[in-house]
Amino acid sequence: MAALTDQTARFNTLKSLPAPVVAMMALIGLGVLFDNFTNAYTQFVMVLILTNVVLATSLNLVNGFTGQFSLGHAGFMAVGAYTSAWLVTRPELGALPDFLKFLLLPIGGGLLAAVAGYIVGLPSLRLRGDYLAIVTLGFGEIIRVALLNSDSLGGARGMYGIPSTEAVPALGLTAFSAQFAVASVWAVITFVTLWRIVHSAKGRAFLSVREDEIAAEAMGINITQTKVRAFVISAFFAGVGGSLFAHSVKYLNPSTFTFTKSVDIIIMIVLGGMGSLTGSVIAAVIITILPEMVLRELQQLTGIDLRMVIYSLLLILFMILRPSGILGRLEATDLWKMTLGRRKAEDRKVEGQRVEGKA
Amino acid sequence: MSEVLLEASNVTMQFGGLCAVDKFNLTLRSGELVGLIGPNGAGKTTCFNCLTSVYKPTSGSIQIRGVNTKPLRPWQISKLGMTRTFQNIRLFRELTVLDNVLVAGLQHTRHTMFDSVLRTPRHFIEEARLKERALELLAIFKLEGKAHLEAGGLPYGEQRRLEIVRALATEPRLILLDEPAAGMNHSETEDLMNTIAKIRKDFHLAVLLIEHDMKLVMGICERIIVLDHGVIIAEGTPTQIQSNPKVITAYLGAEETV
Repeated sequence: MAALTDQTARFNTLKSLPAPVVAMMALIGLGVLFDNFTNAYTQFVMVLILTNVVLATSLNLVNGFTGQFSLGHAGFMAVGAYTSAWLVTRPELGALPDFLKFLLLPIGGGLLAAVAGYIVGLPSLRLRGDYLAIVTLGFGEIIRVALLNSDSLGGARGMYGIPSTEAVPALGLTAFSAQFAVASVWAVITFVTLWRIVHSAKGRAFLSVREDEIAAEAMGINITQTKVRAFVISAFFAGVGGSLFAHSVKYLNPSTFTFTKSVDIIIMIVLGGMGSLTGSVIAAVIITILPEMVLRELQQLTGIDLRMVIYSLLLILFMILRPSGILGRLEATDLWKMTLGRRKAEDRKVEGQRVEGKA
Repeated sequence: MSEVLLEASNVTMQFGGLCAVDKFNLTLRSGELVGLIGPNGAGKTTCFNCLTSVYKPTSGSIQIRGVNTKPLRPWQISKLGMTRTFQNIRLFRELTVLDNVLVAGLQHTRHTMFDSVLRTPRHFIEEARLKERALELLAIFKLEGKAHLEAGGLPYGEQRRLEIVRALATEPRLILLDEPAAGMNHSETEDLMNTIAKIRKDFHLAVLLIEHDMKLVMGICERIIVLDHGVIIAEGTPTQIQSNPKVITAYLGAEETV
């Protein structure tokens, strides 16, 4: 007997369609709404938040869910960013409508980054822990130095004047809200893809590798393949994030993609909770806004630039108070379920007392 | 005679100068229940690790259902229908009880990760089938009520049972149990042994069992292999083993002749 009929399965598939679309529409709507009363700087930060959401959630697949320690996320991001910046100037793409072109460019950046992820992943994933961290760190540096020495990609001068989305009057989008729309679509795609991977039995393979490699292998999990998959998927979305980044800052320089950039993303996933996608999203929002907007305001009020000092202190304080991150390994939905469960249990208790009372 | 599932011939495992297992021979046919006993440090677990490709034997050959396992990784051994449990419990501690079992059943599903990302009908059908099967297995070991608890939080005896459930979810023909009753009290052990006998019959399993509890090994095994210092010192039925002087010497030491 099948546990589930074809009809129910098809219905379930249909049921899972609207949520991502609604999320995209809501974010795009948010962009249109904010367009009216925000300045260019705030708008830049808004796109940066979504970019960081993409980067943080994708790194979490490797570092949080699969339990491997990668320090090379900035490298994959750089591959995606430069690929996208190079692709956008290709005359072959000129035939595409402008908005569609920018919507599709992250795929190009992502694919090349995924290839890089595969090349780095295959030999180095035999290593564990610190050793893997060193190799991925080395990879990031190789990418950066290669970019620094490639004249066709601007070398140390960097690439500037990278085109960005223009207004799409047909859809009622200004230059900013069109850019924000592209970032929204990709942030939702990233999040939903990763969410569905880790919330399926298939994706539990990643977690089993994190928990115990020997046991996972004894249970028929091909751990090398699983780790390489995690790396490739993660690198793909890092490339997507890089592409979004390239077209929002419009200027790329190899020094953007140093080791520090990788660490920034690691801070986000540690703060949000290793193995919590919603945690990564929350942390990406906080970490992007905190130094840029809140602390900058503070600097203007006091007149001294203590931004990074306060930022670091806050991080240290936070990690002392909550070492497992904002959500630990839970998701925001788990918290919701837990409160719901507790409420139900209380209801039952009240119900029980009532019954007892009657008797 | 029934099908030969596992054939190990002259398997030797050396760690530097130490010969942990020396010329180990074993033929296991489908449906058999064989005990592997021996004093601490005799090389029993090393044997298991060789058989499951966790260690590559220094010499000798191992065939599972006619396939030479030398070039295979442990996950491929599992696909050949042989699986194991671990002496020092190795559950996926932070996953739920159910997830532990689901992961083990993955190799028999037909959906890909793309199905899961796109949430295609095939994803729902396969995952529902997998889950149903996992819950059935958990029910056999009376763990279905704990399906959504974290595996690492279970009491010790239940963790041991969950390890067996997880191993069964790979749909094996042959299961290697490494001290499944370690740390259990007498009635728990008896319960476990009854369950092992039952699943062996229901799933047509061959079982290779490492166990220290002599009474139990003698009670359920048809054939016993005794290992000491990596060498097989005796092999036979429980009655033969009990009266074998070499075995008695290995366990209790030789009688001093003054």
